[in-house]
Amino acid sequence: MKRVIFALPLFLFLALVVLFMVGLEHDPRLIPSPFIGKPAPPLSLPRLIKDDQMLSRDDLIGEVMLVNFWATWCPTCKGEHAVLMEIADTNEVAIYGIDYKDDQIAATAWLERLGNPYRAVGFDKEGNAAIDWGVYGTPETFVLDKDGIIRYKHVGAISWQDWKETLEPLVKQLQEE
Amino acid sequence: MAGLERDPGALGQTITGRMKQITGILFIFLVFFLNAFVYAEDQRFPFKDPEQAEQFRKLTKELRCLVCQNQSLADSDAPLAHDLRKKVFLMMKEGKTSDEIIQELVARYGEFVLYRPRLSKQTWLLWFAPVIVFIIGVFVITYLVRRRSGTSDIGERELETAHKLLEEEE
Repeated sequence: MKRVIFALPLFLFLALVVLFMVGLEHDPRLIPSPFIGKPAPPLSLPRLIKDDQMLSRDDLIGEVMLVNFWATWCPTCKGEHAVLMEIADTNEVAIYGIDYKDDQIAATAWLERLGNPYRAVGFDKEGNAAIDWGVYGTPETFVLDKDGIIRYKHVGAISWQDWKETLEPLVKQLQEE
Repeated sequence: MAGLERDPGALGQTITGRMKQITGILFIFLVFFLNAFVYAEDQRFPFKDPEQAEQFRKLTKELRCLVCQNQSLADSDAPLAHDLRKKVFLMMKEGKTSDEIIQELVARYGEFVLYRPRLSKQTWLLWFAPVIVFIIGVFVITYLVRRRSGTSDIGERELETAHKLLEEEE
């Protein structure tokens, strides 16, 4: 009995170490989206480039797609943009963009200069659409299935590895559904 | 400092004195200036009565800023917090109750947006851990105290006689 009690602090310490190691792996910035499995929230935005047209939720129904929230003032988005270009080049999935609290001229210029991976971009000047979608920072990317249901959310920049390991298999699976 | 004492140097002293005065005045200005900022934010939201202002204050204290996660919406200066405060105000203006507003934000951001997590399967441990730890503590202390008093060599019978003696005395 005494031996057990002597060893107890050591066990407690080891338990804490394990707990903290798990904690280190866990990124507190990744907040699970309550939208997974639910229809995409309403959307009604002017388009960034052809701003006499609208981008609405109806445009997001009918095929598997990525909906990417981005902005020109967001440095992480610039890194992600190159990956989005590569994903667009594979022609495997449609990418829609929502330009978050941005300058219309700067955003248009950015797409002209760096290339446009998006089929269409909604211009969310006030950030209201982002709030409706539960976005709390750019970049964030939603995966929508054919019925416009949100199936996955990626917070932060998509790397090529993320695409290959997580998003591409998911997109393929959803396309077969 | 010793050098100053030996040769006060009227000029040097007035300069430090002035400096202190200037910093003091600057500080006072800063206090008023920052206050003005807080006030300005309040002015952006024209509440119709003090109750509404109070409701807004309470709500934004209960809601978490998602960018700077250890601050409430009321405390945070992040752009998203500004936008969400505006959103909360607009919803209040539409006549929504505090519960409805909280519900709408939870629907978008999940329960994470609540500073006070609701009691659920995932959060019961969080809520009851203090009680559980307290109970464990009580057990441990009782065990230790018992073991310590157990080392005294008074038997049960002796204890009984002692009690009786005490009672007789009373």
